[in-house]
Amino acid sequence: MKNAIIKIISKYNKDRTRLMDILIDIQTEIGFIPDYAVTQIAEDLHMSEVDVEQTVSFYHFFSLIPTGKYKIYLNNSAVSNMMGRAEVAATFEKELGIKFGQLTPDGQIGLFETSCIGMNDQEPAAIINNLIFTKLTPFRVKEIVRDIKEEKPVVEMFSASFGDGKNASELIRSVVSNNIRKIGPILDPNYKPGEAIKQIVKMTPTQVIEEIKKSNIRGRGGAGFPTGLKWEFCRNASGKQKYIFCNADEGEPGTFKDRVILTEFPRLPFEGMVIAGYAVGATEGILYLRYEYKYLEQYLEDILENARKKNYLGKDIGGKKGFNFEIRIQFGAGAYVCGEESALIESAEGKRGEPRDRPPFPVEKGYLDMPTVVNNVETLCSVVKVILHGGEWYKSFGTTESTGTKLLSISGDCRFPGVYEVEWGFSINDMLDMVGALKSETQAVQVGGPSGALIAPNEFNRILGYEDLATGGSLIIFGRSRELLNDVVLNFTDFFIEESCGSCSTCRIVPSVLKNKLKKILNARGVMQDIDDMVEWGKILKASRCGLGQTAANPVLSSIKNFRHLYEEKVQKNKVFDSGFDLSMAVKEGSEATSRIPNF
Amino acid sequence: MNKIVKFSIDGVECLATRGQFVVDAAKENGIYIPTLCNYPGVKPKGGCRICTVKINGKLMTACTSPVSEGMQIENNANEINEIRKAIVELLFVEGNHFCPACEKSGNCELQALAYRFHVMAPRFPFSFPIRKVDASHPKIIKEQNRCVLCKRCIRAIKDYKGRSIFAYSKRGNRVEVGVDSKLGKELTDELAQKAMDICPVGSILVKEKGFYQPIGTRKYDKNPIGSDIENLVVSKP
Repeated sequence: MKNAIIKIISKYNKDRTRLMDILIDIQTEIGFIPDYAVTQIAEDLHMSEVDVEQTVSFYHFFSLIPTGKYKIYLNNSAVSNMMGRAEVAATFEKELGIKFGQLTPDGQIGLFETSCIGMNDQEPAAIINNLIFTKLTPFRVKEIVRDIKEEKPVVEMFSASFGDGKNASELIRSVVSNNIRKIGPILDPNYKPGEAIKQIVKMTPTQVIEEIKKSNIRGRGGAGFPTGLKWEFCRNASGKQKYIFCNADEGEPGTFKDRVILTEFPRLPFEGMVIAGYAVGATEGILYLRYEYKYLEQYLEDILENARKKNYLGKDIGGKKGFNFEIRIQFGAGAYVCGEESALIESAEGKRGEPRDRPPFPVEKGYLDMPTVVNNVETLCSVVKVILHGGEWYKSFGTTESTGTKLLSISGDCRFPGVYEVEWGFSINDMLDMVGALKSETQAVQVGGPSGALIAPNEFNRILGYEDLATGGSLIIFGRSRELLNDVVLNFTDFFIEESCGSCSTCRIVPSVLKNKLKKILNARGVMQDIDDMVEWGKILKASRCGLGQTAANPVLSSIKNFRHLYEEKVQKNKVFDSGFDLSMAVKEGSEATSRIPNF
Repeated sequence: MNKIVKFSIDGVECLATRGQFVVDAAKENGIYIPTLCNYPGVKPKGGCRICTVKINGKLMTACTSPVSEGMQIENNANEINEIRKAIVELLFVEGNHFCPACEKSGNCELQALAYRFHVMAPRFPFSFPIRKVDASHPKIIKEQNRCVLCKRCIRAIKDYKGRSIFAYSKRGNRVEVGVDSKLGKELTDELAQKAMDICPVGSILVKEKGFYQPIGTRKYDKNPIGSDIENLVVSKP
């Protein structure tokens, strides 16, 4: 085993910045990161053990203790709960005889929770040894557990046919469905890879940037920074090497569009990266892919290999002397915050995914302190279409402020969850009509995932766009029967608590404080003052370093803003103060141990 | 390339060298911006967020933002001081801070900030976490109840090979500062003392040195934190 570890470390040239890859390989080989591996890594990478452990312990999918030969990660997103997760979870626990977070006594099977895995349109879903299982039911869980107990390989556990499109291809063989419901310029099936590369080699890099600027396209991850400007900043920054990152760490609960793009049109973002590389003068590109999508690895590597054969990657691309560009895949290991561009860079350098202080911005000082562009998968796809058809053409879609189209990941209480490509300017009302959700049955829509806003029916005429409802594309629909505070706000707040990097005091502490208040209200111990406190305390998060921290109170704040009556219904009207402290519960254990009944 | 830039803090015109961090530039102009995780000579990290100011209308940390020509900074404003006070209170409720029993009382920056911001009792409920006291290392005690996770020790204390002795582990509200079990054993007396001195609270203690300095003669016993900066006589060029 020790030799295997030494071999893995050498494979990455004992390079400290490749620590993520080293850890992923060891975890794959041994099933966890044992002590002797930490010691070996520390020795070979000239760092202390505690320094190795700080990276290991940051990521959800790394473990310093054994997690079993079969590792089951059941998604705990709000939509998973809505689709029957409770029964599925209970069946797993019953059939395995263990609770979540535990191993079976023989050490063979581990059962864990995990944040949204990008399958919101086919929940409840789980990851078992890197393979995805969707649409789980108690019956299906029993079958899976039986197979595991018979020590069947996980690949042989699929009972249904494979998913649609490329999901069934030889290198994926997954039951995941694409659910592409509406196509547009990006999801155009007539896309011919390499055509845009042929175009750009006839242009100067500055002309490419000008065309992108002309299209007015803005970043599709959610923040909406103008892409052309980002490229220009990076081009003008000085550095002996420059890098292009494709951000495929879509972790915002309810988002799954990048998964669909990478399954059906993987050449599109890769071609976008090549274009970006040409424009800014970078020769290296990195696809930062969330670990949840590890099942796509072989397939994507194969696509890259074919691109090299066709000279869309490598040296003198498209016959242009000196136009060199290579792409490698960097996996994450389970951390939502790594979707933030500077945290993503930190992670790709083998460190904890903690966002950096800005300035300097990544375009000046990014990966390995070199100028770096980080673009969303969808942004890079759009860029290819801009090059093929022109910036003016692109502007004919959408609104003046929000040009082009947007891929929406729609899930929740509707008949047709899936991926829809629409023009910006689309209203929530139209969206509900499109996906088969009855307005009379719809209580709320979460726009932009937990970090976005919870919208009430009186605002369903609002439109999607940077000028109104800016979004990375996650839309979750909640029907009348949902308990918004318990099923949604509490779940989202738990998500932010779990996914905070812990570096800023504000984001590390405030979400748990808000959660306690919320639980107090849900437990019927709240008073009016508690609602006002939550609004005030939520504001403190604005002083956090990154977008995750700054928006971590949004589930609470936007639900109070738009659904205040739900809170007011639950608080005690006859009291102005309630500590929320339950004395009889607090002394219960002690009373039982001493057989005494407290006299309150 | 040393260039003097003009900027303002709360409307007061200031001068500093371009690229200096706002916190240091303010100090040279006799203006105190409260800090906790920042430490002179150590790379800033912007973790505690107490030095939050408004730079040209945007909330930023003064310890990580370089000053530039024409910058307009709001420092002593109600909105900002309210955030700072709230953060001090948050740090109190996050851990277990019992000042009267703490070896660092009087030299503690968290305590001093609480006095400066007139914190009587935190507005937030205490979380009373169960945390460990790690006394397994020969020279130091790591008192996790008092750790404010400022990363000063992580950033400043390295062994002779440049390796970290302290590091974060886990994430979110489970994060803690761990001590390397091997390098912790090799810690020199000087480094141990440096670690204790650099810790803003009483989370790193050199064994048998806790009450070395008598109470009454400690740093903040008589003068509030920041008063040294505010009493500076500033000579303007």
